[in-house]
Amino acid sequence: MSTRIVEVRAKILKQNDLLAHALRERFQTSGVSVVGLVSSPGSGKTAFLEKLLSGLARDFRVAALVGDLATENDAARLKRATPNVRQITTGTICHLDAQMIEKALEGWQLDALDFLFIENVGNLVCPSSYDLGEELRFVMLSATEGEDKPLKYPTIFNSSDVAIITKMDIAEAADFDVTTARRNIESVRPGMQIFEVSAKTGSGMLDVFQLLHDQHAHSRETRPALQIEATQ
Amino acid sequence: MHELSIVLSIIDEIGDESEARDLHDVEVVHLKVGVFSGVDRNALLFAWELACEGTPLERSHLDIETVPLVIYCANCHQNLTPPSLYQLCCPECETPSQTIISGRELEVVSLEVAA
Repeated sequence: MSTRIVEVRAKILKQNDLLAHALRERFQTSGVSVVGLVSSPGSGKTAFLEKLLSGLARDFRVAALVGDLATENDAARLKRATPNVRQITTGTICHLDAQMIEKALEGWQLDALDFLFIENVGNLVCPSSYDLGEELRFVMLSATEGEDKPLKYPTIFNSSDVAIITKMDIAEAADFDVTTARRNIESVRPGMQIFEVSAKTGSGMLDVFQLLHDQHAHSRETRPALQIEATQ
Repeated sequence: MHELSIVLSIIDEIGDESEARDLHDVEVVHLKVGVFSGVDRNALLFAWELACEGTPLERSHLDIETVPLVIYCANCHQNLTPPSLYQLCCPECETPSQTIISGRELEVVSLEVAA
């Protein structure tokens, strides 16, 4: 049987991309800075986020969405820092997508927030394909994971904006060579900003707060909305 | 593995196209998949078989064109493939580059249907 070719030329994830684009616009006009966090399981996303939320909550209105296959444990932990936390349980799905974000935000007043953090499912592969509408994506790597993690997962490191090296308090005990880790990050994502932190001791966290302050001030300045309300 | 989610998006896209353009009996689905798209070719083929079983696409198959990673070197003023996926630099002068020209594609290019 003969066949004919029909041109399609469509992006496979166009539904997700369109939705992510719409979310990004919504975030911008609401004046909320949205930061996505990706890493492998157990690299310290939740501990880091707990520190961020409690540190920022003194001056800003903060919220978080947290993705996991199962349990509400992370949301319960983060609620110690702010009540504005929602868990997204994905069931068997290994990543968050824009539709899950849109649904999870239902009923939230975005313009009453300064920062929204989205903690993805612990996975260094799948989340790289899905835009969530975030303004910045942090990729995290813990000192116990080895310096070559960025080389093994180049796609996610390359698609992120900032790298955070966590658990620096135990770097020495884990024989972690931070210079090599930095060089590997630079190799997969030239020019990437890198922070070394310990959520436990708080070391390095001030630099991350400074980055977020600057980012927020910048997005407020370039915000397309008509009016910028005074911060509390 | 998120390739099953990707396959379901492809099937949705084919469904929309088939309805809009009155297409039947899709035999081949031509895709472009960049090596830097985060999607694995073999996992995609496996997921396709799985997802199409018992559907009108059961007899179809995927034809995947793999798109290499290409970056722009600001020093040599040309587009080149870096030494590897984890060394984003010019293969000639080793200048690092984050200007990605291709390699992130994830597209349905065309469908081969019964004439």
